[in-house]
Amino acid sequence: MKLPLTTTVNGTTRSHEVEPRQLLVQYLRDQLGLTGTHVGCDTSQCGACTVLVDGDAVKSCTMLSLQAEGRSVETIEGVAQGDQLDPVQRAFIEEHGLQCGYCTPGFIMATKYLLSRNPNPTEDEIREGIDGNLCRCTGYVNIVKAVQRAAAELASGGTR
Amino acid sequence: MAHSEASVTDPATIKARFGIGQSVRRVEDARFVTGHGRYVGDIVIPFSAHAAVVRSPHAHARITGRSVEAARRSPGVLLVLTGDDVLAAGFKGFTASAMPEDLGAPKGHRTFRPILATDKVRFVGEGVALIVAETAAQAADAVALVEIDYDVLPSVTHLDDASAEGAVQVHDDCPSGNMAWVLRFGDQEATDAAFAAAPHTVSLRLENSRLSANPIEPRGSVGEYHQATGTYTLHTSSQNPHGARHEICGVLGIAETKLRVVSPDVGGGFGMKADAYPEDALVLWASRLIGRAVTWIATRSESMLTDTNGRDQVVRGELAFDDNGKILAIRAMAMQAVGGYIAPAGLVPSIFSLRFIPSVYDVKAALVMTRGIFTNTSPLGPYRGAGRPEANYLTERLLDAAAIELGLDRAEIRRRNFIAKDDFPYKTQTMFTYDSGDFRGVLDRALEIADWNGFESRRADSASRGLLRGQGLSYFIEQGGVFNDRMELRFDPGGTVSIVAGTFSHGQGHETTFAQMVAEWLGMPFEDIRFIQGDTDAVPFGRGTYAARSSMIGGSALKVAADAIIERARPMAAALMEVAVEDVNFTEGSFQVSGDPEKSMSMSAVARAFYYPRGITDKFGVGLMGAGTWSTERENFPNGCHICELEVDPETGEVVIDRYVMVDDIGVTINPMIAEGQLHGGFAQGMGQALIEHQAYDRESGQLMSGSLGDYGMPRAVLIPTLTTAFQNTPCLTNPLGVKAVGEAATIGAPPAIMSAVLDALRPLGVTHLDMPATPDRVWEAIRTAAASTEGVTS
Repeated sequence: MKLPLTTTVNGTTRSHEVEPRQLLVQYLRDQLGLTGTHVGCDTSQCGACTVLVDGDAVKSCTMLSLQAEGRSVETIEGVAQGDQLDPVQRAFIEEHGLQCGYCTPGFIMATKYLLSRNPNPTEDEIREGIDGNLCRCTGYVNIVKAVQRAAAELASGGTR
Repeated sequence: MAHSEASVTDPATIKARFGIGQSVRRVEDARFVTGHGRYVGDIVIPFSAHAAVVRSPHAHARITGRSVEAARRSPGVLLVLTGDDVLAAGFKGFTASAMPEDLGAPKGHRTFRPILATDKVRFVGEGVALIVAETAAQAADAVALVEIDYDVLPSVTHLDDASAEGAVQVHDDCPSGNMAWVLRFGDQEATDAAFAAAPHTVSLRLENSRLSANPIEPRGSVGEYHQATGTYTLHTSSQNPHGARHEICGVLGIAETKLRVVSPDVGGGFGMKADAYPEDALVLWASRLIGRAVTWIATRSESMLTDTNGRDQVVRGELAFDDNGKILAIRAMAMQAVGGYIAPAGLVPSIFSLRFIPSVYDVKAALVMTRGIFTNTSPLGPYRGAGRPEANYLTERLLDAAAIELGLDRAEIRRRNFIAKDDFPYKTQTMFTYDSGDFRGVLDRALEIADWNGFESRRADSASRGLLRGQGLSYFIEQGGVFNDRMELRFDPGGTVSIVAGTFSHGQGHETTFAQMVAEWLGMPFEDIRFIQGDTDAVPFGRGTYAARSSMIGGSALKVAADAIIERARPMAAALMEVAVEDVNFTEGSFQVSGDPEKSMSMSAVARAFYYPRGITDKFGVGLMGAGTWSTERENFPNGCHICELEVDPETGEVVIDRYVMVDDIGVTINPMIAEGQLHGGFAQGMGQALIEHQAYDRESGQLMSGSLGDYGMPRAVLIPTLTTAFQNTPCLTNPLGVKAVGEAATIGAPPAIMSAVLDALRPLGVTHLDMPATPDRVWEAIRTAAASTEGVTS
């Protein structure tokens, strides 16, 4: 049995028939081909699948795709404007906030959410803010710096 | 994302902006920050079916019956395979790449791990059946319908249990109980004599807990059989595609020309993905049987159960020393868990766990031994450091104990034992020849940065807040790189160049660092250099990346290739400029003519001539390509000093690291930004081992207790302290780049430094020993036990 789903993903309205048990992350990856949203665990602990749903950071493995009905989903693929990277993306490159890159989309989405709520976070607030995401490569040192750089750039009027 | 700027072509500018030593931003990042990385799970082959593995719920059991009919009838199911099918197919099983006997040591007990268990299961999670279905969900649904009858046996997951007299045997045919091998280095007679005559000895029993690598990308394999040609393609999350090809072809009994292995982007490995796994072979076999591609992607739960783990060692070490703290001899008797089967690279940690025990110290007598012990756990394999952390941890703990015994400063006892700067090359009792190092200089720099001598005032400040402050230090040494490798440079008719790498970057940034080398050496525009790796059809041969090998072995091989290109191109350049070959030199990134500064040619321009359709190529040959190889025979030894200061809350046992200093000698640094990133990540893993990580099995049931990222102590951002890093480099003398290595360094240095600090904090309370991980409950328990025994003495 499949049920209809209509949702907005990265600004485009999408309609599909989906299985009721399908997770949002499976919909994004398997049905829309948006493979930048990654799966790193099966217990909602790693945050690699973090996306924004109506502006809130959501681990897309914790949500059924049908729960996105009528809502707006932003994935890593929707962050850059064409070739123009978002300040958060640029900051991760500049500060070497990634190594293998697998957790990176989740961290970027979590950072976008964090900075949307708290444009000028302290270091402790940053560490708290990204605590739902796991990285095994960087030791988080440069991820924290990347968030700080992104915050500074956005504060100085950097383009989103 | 395309580079919008025009390429820089002036060699001097290339060198200044992109050359060796520059913190060039990574070329690979553009795809990762935009979600365009391509990992195995992102690869969609049309009409691919999906596989799920039925796994043993028991740690140790005989398989007495199988019923798979219900699973076969489940919706969407295309194929069900069990150990019976494996036996019928005659597949051999995964076996060790090297056993002790291959290295001249006493013979061990070789195992063959079937790709699905045949007669017996030897750890929780071992595969017993494969389901292939139209969708991943249908395959997962059918898993529950497979019925396997088990005759459950007692299990041994802990080294003490597995090595006990009369323990149940993991392998019935092993002639020495659960002992897989014995390894030994050193001189028994000299060591015994030194101990007998020594005025002081200290002795410790230490546990190096079992660790899970946990790269954020779980393992995955996509297998495809090509009916028309009788060949296979495997996409797999591997650090070592050529190695995987060799292992898988051995298992399936096919020629290596029949299998192409592709590692796309790989989301971390840390050694765990250096070997192939049963699922790699299963998806290929299943694809042949159903005539469609087969995809298997591990869940995290499966990874936790079945990935090779690291460490899991128990060691008793003894140090003999004189009144001045000078080491007279060192002795170690260890056991290391092997797991249910010997992993292909399973021997590696045991070897390094012994060979680095003498460390950076002038040790004249040593006897170090280890036994590999079969356990009902997932197989043990190399994990970031692979034995080097075990070795360095033992020696550093022993030196701390000796310093305390003599009332010596912990830095001072190390100073008194360092191999001196003018003692190189220095031959260790464990058959290494160290080429270079300035251990004293590195230590002094670290002490200064960390304000080692100013500790007491900070301790008093912590005490005023009710906290116990401790400081600790460690010195470590390791070997960068193992085996040989091959790198190639291929020019194209347009005059741009591709690096064809035998190594395999999976987070280390090779696409950037190797291009930095080529840009500098050949004066090539950095932005136009292409990087090829990870495909056995595109790369003639390689051994992948692990053991901190790529900068030294890959980089040196690349230098040989670059030099070969210059030699090959020089006569062509001379002909094109109409001068004698002897007058042409490649300097500062271009071909120049001695005595005629007006004449010069870029490498690109000369390369293009190698692709003229006729004429000059008749003399010089078609195409400009060059390959180079390098080998670990020319050893190198990164080393460094870590200093840790932390606070322990005696009420809760919680440990919080306050400040942390790492000073490293990694030789010549290709890209300081990337090197520092390796130190950060390595530290996090070393800190994880010291404080929170433990892949724990229940000793009774053999069940894995740390089976998810919630149960396993994965370091999160809030746990990481401010890190201070510094390089105090002594160029390596055994390779043309002067590089050492950086990938494993911090994972090795951190556990002893942190444990040194924890014990320093707890010492005033009477705590003298603690094993890793120093979790709050362990620390709290140690404080209580010490308090109880102190009370016992006074009452």
